[in-house]
Amino acid sequence: MSVDEIITLDYGSGGKKTSRLISDEILPRLENPALSELGDGAVLPGADRLVFSTDSFVVTPLFFPGGDIGKLAVCGTVNDIAMCGGEAKYLSLSLIIEEGLPVADLRRVMDSVQRAAAGAGVQVVTGDTKVVERSRGDGLYINTAGIGFLRHPGLSPKNMCEGDAVILSGTAGDHGAAVMLARGGLLDAGEAVESDCAALGALAEAVLSSGAEVRCLRDPTRGGVATTLCEFAESSGLGMELFETDIPVRPAVRAACSLLGLDVLYCANEGKLLAVVSAETAETALAAMRATDAGRDAAVIGRVSGADGGRVVLRTAAGGGRILQKLAGAQLPRIC
Amino acid sequence: MPCSELRLMEVCGTHTMAIARAGLKSLLPEGVKLLSGPGCPVCVTPPEVMDAVLELAMRPGVVTATYGDLVRVPGSRRGDSLARRRALGARLLVVYSPMDAVDWAAEHPESEVVFLGAGFETTAPGTAAAILDAAERGVPNFSVFSMLKRVEPALRALIASEGFNVQGFLCPGHVASITGAESFRFLPEEYGLPAVVAGFEPGDILSALRRLIELARSGAAALENRYERAVSPHGNALALAAMERVFEPRRDIWRGLGEIEASGLGIRPQFAAHDAERRLGVEIPPAAGSGGCRCGDVITGRSEPRDCPMFGGACTPEDPLGPCMVSSEGACAAAYKYEGV
Repeated sequence: MSVDEIITLDYGSGGKKTSRLISDEILPRLENPALSELGDGAVLPGADRLVFSTDSFVVTPLFFPGGDIGKLAVCGTVNDIAMCGGEAKYLSLSLIIEEGLPVADLRRVMDSVQRAAAGAGVQVVTGDTKVVERSRGDGLYINTAGIGFLRHPGLSPKNMCEGDAVILSGTAGDHGAAVMLARGGLLDAGEAVESDCAALGALAEAVLSSGAEVRCLRDPTRGGVATTLCEFAESSGLGMELFETDIPVRPAVRAACSLLGLDVLYCANEGKLLAVVSAETAETALAAMRATDAGRDAAVIGRVSGADGGRVVLRTAAGGGRILQKLAGAQLPRIC
Repeated sequence: MPCSELRLMEVCGTHTMAIARAGLKSLLPEGVKLLSGPGCPVCVTPPEVMDAVLELAMRPGVVTATYGDLVRVPGSRRGDSLARRRALGARLLVVYSPMDAVDWAAEHPESEVVFLGAGFETTAPGTAAAILDAAERGVPNFSVFSMLKRVEPALRALIASEGFNVQGFLCPGHVASITGAESFRFLPEEYGLPAVVAGFEPGDILSALRRLIELARSGAAALENRYERAVSPHGNALALAAMERVFEPRRDIWRGLGEIEASGLGIRPQFAAHDAERRLGVEIPPAAGSGGCRCGDVITGRSEPRDCPMFGGACTPEDPLGPCMVSSEGACAAAYKYEGV
């Protein structure tokens, strides 16, 4: 006996259920060439060199070590545009405020929006505010949409070739671990763990204009590094081989994940990107990334393989191998 | 018998996950098979007990506090879980420690906070401490629904069960840190089975497995502790005393093993005020069919996850039929998520 399907939190985790929601309920009704790419943003057909993207932010708590919902809302959309090879220019900002939110908190968030926008070189040019009854929202939800100019057309995981290098721009899992620690009231223990929330425009531009042959970029947000690489593998039909010992992870993040029962490869990042580049130009790409603030810990973490069609294989530190799958639902803390 | 297949069993969900995560099965020598026993607290909980939990969670005023593991576990109806009940209005509090649930209850006296006590001797002392804390601080609206279980009676029932075919046990380091390495002495002494207490880093597990294989191959029925940095011979006296004060052994139902005498931990009558069963009158409905799920066989080592016709098709972590697929410590979830290469 089964029950009627309803939306649960798992549908918002960025993993398989999110994919199914999009492919079963949204795409069939709205299908068009720009949408069907399912990229971080859309390159608008007919509107020469325009990139368009949107994202909603519902993070709890609103403030966490390394960032807050305002910084996240700016950086998230700017990064989506940057991953398409675009330079973000204009944002919209919609606030859905729950009554009872201290104005002081709103000011803090707006100050943060201001700083992040200035830092990323974008202007907020339109917006909306709504207030909902108490208990109808988590204090504050933000939606941003962004428009940018396409600087580097043609990025797509479909361009990947066997032998290509997979580069991660820095340490994995910082944002997910920081938010989970803050949420669990473990902030004191978590001061060494900060969200990596950052705008990636300069980093993306550095690698895209370095002369390296870049196949695709994506920021591994919800679902983490593992889920993003699974999407690459699925979309290209090629396999990937990752080397656990080459993946940079901060010791404090590793410890937090171990304590909370989380897998760092599935923890969200908000200031990292994954780049697939040709093997010959991997060093060029790496050097260009490491010369930027956001990319100083960049490392080659794996390569594209022809052997494991559509599968991502992790070579573990212990010498074993395992297949990485997309996140199946929100990561939950474990019993022991 | 060096030529015949050696079948070894771990009985700890954290071992199951650690082994899968580090891809250790791909490193085992030929002819050695590692099975997952009844070591995942969620997996050994039968569906009818989850049904009772789901019913409890929907009662007005009740706030269910739980470890994350239980959130997606289905009851006897497919797709029905605390995650779904939360979406339908149940109040759910995912906590890292039962103490967080006591604190929350103290701050919300209008709520009836029920902590779902799942786990083995590893989590039982923490749950006992929470009950003692609630009693001492006078937090009347905090209670525990105990699904806590004891490892030893389950291992005895498993060994006595029909078709049992395992030649050695990788013993759970977390449980042993509470109960002591000696609590597994009965395995070699009464059943002639070698047993090695193991930690959880890949190196810990590999070194313990290597020793276990040597013992099993040479026919040496011995107990060894390879996790001495955390496990003493007689365990943690303070934790054992708290457990003893709050809980008493009782007959309990296990998925795959059925009813086992003295295998569960019930709350002693003097703490009835914090016992959700007595306080709120929880009824366990009659057992329902398994719906084709073979978790019971997987937990007892009679089947491997891949032997189940539902594995990976009708049963996946995002739409699980049985608890072994949904629990992060379950053998099926481990096999599915971290498939060996």
